[in-house]
Amino acid sequence: MTELAALFHGFSIALAPHNLLLMTIGIVLGVLIGVLPGLGGANGVAILLPLTFTLEPVSAIILLSCIYWGALFGGAITSILFNIPGEPWSVATTFDGYPLAQRGRAAEALTAAFTSSFLGAFAAILVITFVSPLVAGFALKFGPAEFFAVMFLAFASFIGLSSAAPFKTMAAMLVGFLLAGVGLDTVTGQLRGTFGSTELMRGFHFLVVVIGLFGISEILQSIEEGLSFKGRDGRIDLKAVVRTWAEMLKHKAIILRSALIGCWMGITPAGATPASFMSYGVAKRLSPHGAEFGRGRIEGVIAPETAAHAAGTSALLPMLALGIPGSPTAAVLLGGLIMWGLQPGPMLFVEQKDFVWGLIASMYLGNVVGFLIVLVAVPWFAAILRIPFPIIAALILVVCAIGAYTVNNAAFDIVLMLIFGVLGYVMKKLDYPLAPLVLALVLGDRTEQSFRQALLMSEGSFTIFFANPLVASIMIAGFVMLFWPLVARLRSRRTGGARAAAQAP
Amino acid sequence: MPQFAGGGSGISQKLMELLLALLFAAGGVLAIVEGQRLGNGWDFDGPQAGYFPFWIGILLVAASLVNFLNALRRNRDGQLFVSWQRLFLVLQVLVPAVIYGVAIFYVGIYVASAALVLWFMRGLGGFSLRQAVPVAAALVLLAFFVFEIWFLVPLPKGPVEQALGF
Amino acid sequence: MLAMRGSRARLCAMVLASLCWAATAAAWEPSKPIQLYVPAGTGGGADQMARVIQGIVAKHELIKQPIVVQNKPGGAGAEAFLEVKEKKGDAHLLLITLSSLFTTPLATGIPFRWTDLTPVTMLALDEFVLWVNAESPWTSVADVLAAAKTQKLKMGGTGSRQEDHIITVAITKATGAQFAYVPYKGGGEVAVQLVGGHVDTTVNNPIEAVSHWKAGKLRPLCVFDSKPMPYTEKITSMMSWADIPTCKSQGLDVEYLMLRGIFMPPGVTAEQVRFYVDLFAKVRATPEWKDLMVQGAFNQTTLEGEAFKAWLAREEERHRALMAEAGFLAK
Repeated sequence: MTELAALFHGFSIALAPHNLLLMTIGIVLGVLIGVLPGLGGANGVAILLPLTFTLEPVSAIILLSCIYWGALFGGAITSILFNIPGEPWSVATTFDGYPLAQRGRAAEALTAAFTSSFLGAFAAILVITFVSPLVAGFALKFGPAEFFAVMFLAFASFIGLSSAAPFKTMAAMLVGFLLAGVGLDTVTGQLRGTFGSTELMRGFHFLVVVIGLFGISEILQSIEEGLSFKGRDGRIDLKAVVRTWAEMLKHKAIILRSALIGCWMGITPAGATPASFMSYGVAKRLSPHGAEFGRGRIEGVIAPETAAHAAGTSALLPMLALGIPGSPTAAVLLGGLIMWGLQPGPMLFVEQKDFVWGLIASMYLGNVVGFLIVLVAVPWFAAILRIPFPIIAALILVVCAIGAYTVNNAAFDIVLMLIFGVLGYVMKKLDYPLAPLVLALVLGDRTEQSFRQALLMSEGSFTIFFANPLVASIMIAGFVMLFWPLVARLRSRRTGGARAAAQAP
Repeated sequence: MPQFAGGGSGISQKLMELLLALLFAAGGVLAIVEGQRLGNGWDFDGPQAGYFPFWIGILLVAASLVNFLNALRRNRDGQLFVSWQRLFLVLQVLVPAVIYGVAIFYVGIYVASAALVLWFMRGLGGFSLRQAVPVAAALVLLAFFVFEIWFLVPLPKGPVEQALGF
Repeated sequence: MLAMRGSRARLCAMVLASLCWAATAAAWEPSKPIQLYVPAGTGGGADQMARVIQGIVAKHELIKQPIVVQNKPGGAGAEAFLEVKEKKGDAHLLLITLSSLFTTPLATGIPFRWTDLTPVTMLALDEFVLWVNAESPWTSVADVLAAAKTQKLKMGGTGSRQEDHIITVAITKATGAQFAYVPYKGGGEVAVQLVGGHVDTTVNNPIEAVSHWKAGKLRPLCVFDSKPMPYTEKITSMMSWADIPTCKSQGLDVEYLMLRGIFMPPGVTAEQVRFYVDLFAKVRATPEWKDLMVQGAFNQTTLEGEAFKAWLAREEERHRALMAEAGFLAK
């Protein structure tokens, strides 16, 4: 129970009036940052870091982590309203969130996203509070082979979900892999696929591609279908919040499962992106309405959002306890800690008790405050869809261009974004699925690198992927997921056959 | 699929299917060439840098070939990818967007954005200049203060900003 | 009347002339925000240092204009180098460098050398330490080298054909010890991989590994510098940074230090360079900077002007020789 005492001490620090004020400022700023793609959480925190020099470390980290919360909530907004994910882990949210908004249920989708983020993050904070010493060491068990196994599992749980033509799915995924490989190869230090171009050296950043494929192509398609976004007439009021909560009660199992996946992936620290894809894939597999995923199921929003934010939050644990960041934002926060003279790592929990527990307490409060703020604003966010199309389309283009530019500070990326916009428009109209492309683009590079790192360690032997119980069990889970469609078909055939036999006279 | 009611003619679905399959196949070929250059073999301690690009390229060419043949075989006469009429609508957005993307290199993002908003509101939305100018100006000023002043994120600037000392 | 007007005109001319003179006499000053390029991603050592500088300059109001940090990680810094090279005469642009200043052009063959830039100042040098897991049986450099001669040890490091990789090759060259080099994306990750026992040894910078050392998970064996580090404050109950012997004294004759320096685009005036040299001298005098130096156990050598250029030329030659030997040069 020493944790509880320490936590209450932490609350007394975080509840000081000036810290509460900073918390609110942080949340509002964070939502703003999250809504503007390109100005992601990592950016926002990095930019404001020097400004926090004048604050005490606890106040500074409270401000910064609240920006982080706000940005997490904010990312879902553009995903759902405009099909533009601002962060890699919001991609899976668009699959069902945007169709929901198109059917006039933007308010429900937003409420579900915010509530699931809140619950996922809350679960992760509980983990950090009570079992941190236990699980912190878990990340140490993760070498390249284990990382590869996790990536394999993420792909395996997602593959085969697409209802499109198999060769089109395959082509889309392969294109994603190829794009992911462009740039500097970490393992050999060679430039790949740049064909001598300086512009290609930075590779294809996920955000540039996704803003184009999803956001710009959506504008093109909307204009073709008559100069408006669908879903602007949906009923938007705070009652939608209550209605959504009632519906979410039915999906307790999904929330719990997704939170577990998220916490696990955050601590390992594989990160929020594989967590969100994995959780979406598993939810679709296990749902009786699996076939309707992708056309606007509320579970399709709940699962990735819960997992992503459970992972995003628990990623702070390996950062504090081991000094390895589980997300880009955590990496910048890490830099902040060092600047304030706090050395992250195993000794932080011993030497800087006030700081650590103040931070953990601020996570509870920040998450609650942030949730309340964004929830109240749901009708406003949803009302954005009512702005006349010519204005909103121009605004989206401008915001997308700024987003694409700020990723690498390169104007060429704006041109790339437009090219991918046209490609996305054509692919969608020809029924090529975009999700496999994005999945391969986001995870492809890390998958290849960890595969090759692992083989470097084993000097080329594949046994390293089954060398210990941990990696072996993840690999086996991956194979089960990979062959699940086969298993499921066999099972349904058998039960179907049995029923037929029983019905036969 | 029923025909579009309005425009009778346009770009056929089949043509686009074939073109996209060719485009992806071309990408696959590029990857094969690049993989060859980097070394597509398997060293004693794992794949070389070009191994994955090479084989992914080959698979992509193969998949695209299947997609190409499928499109060729399926003879859904007259099914349109987009009618000329609708293509015109799309180009109304796409062409200004491309000009916008190129203009950023020369006049910076702020001037280009203002022009884009003006064009969309005037040309597409039928708003009057009196309505469009304030919106465009407000957007640009807001963006300037948020990024340039507040968050210290420099965005591309052109001669106008330089004349003003930024 | 006429004469008066004439004298007034003359007076005006004199005032104008003196204004002009005053303007040229006052030292050059930046007239808009200064961009500081980081040729690496957010969160790394160079990025941290850049953001500390940004914070120090803002907090102590060393200049009127803000410093804006921009990350340009493309192609292991290649993108940033080429861009700064192109911006001839831009006095509002700085570049903070690491060893990639030498390694990236050599390994990738991009058209760039450090002579394409204007060197401003060396801020500090980053040390490299040979680490093993505290639970490993190796307590001295000799133990590690002996082990590496009977079996291939796994050496974890940041990036490929970059500083960690070069040191590894230099060790092999100096002693014949064999390593399987496993590249990772960042130094923090490498340290954790060593704590987790996935690799056998690393050459992490002090700041990347210090917390694990403090917690008793890692053991430092030697520092790749010509003399021991000067910081005598105890990190563990037994040792301070100063207690780590040099590698040379342990029979491993390899020295390597990483440059943390500031550069400007080509074609800037001597006056502009002097402004920044003075600015960074002020930055180095602040307590925040000194804290950073102690925490990261940096080598606080600084150089400017011709001495800095001579150092750069020597280092480039050394990198070329080491990389040529390892087969890392671009073909």
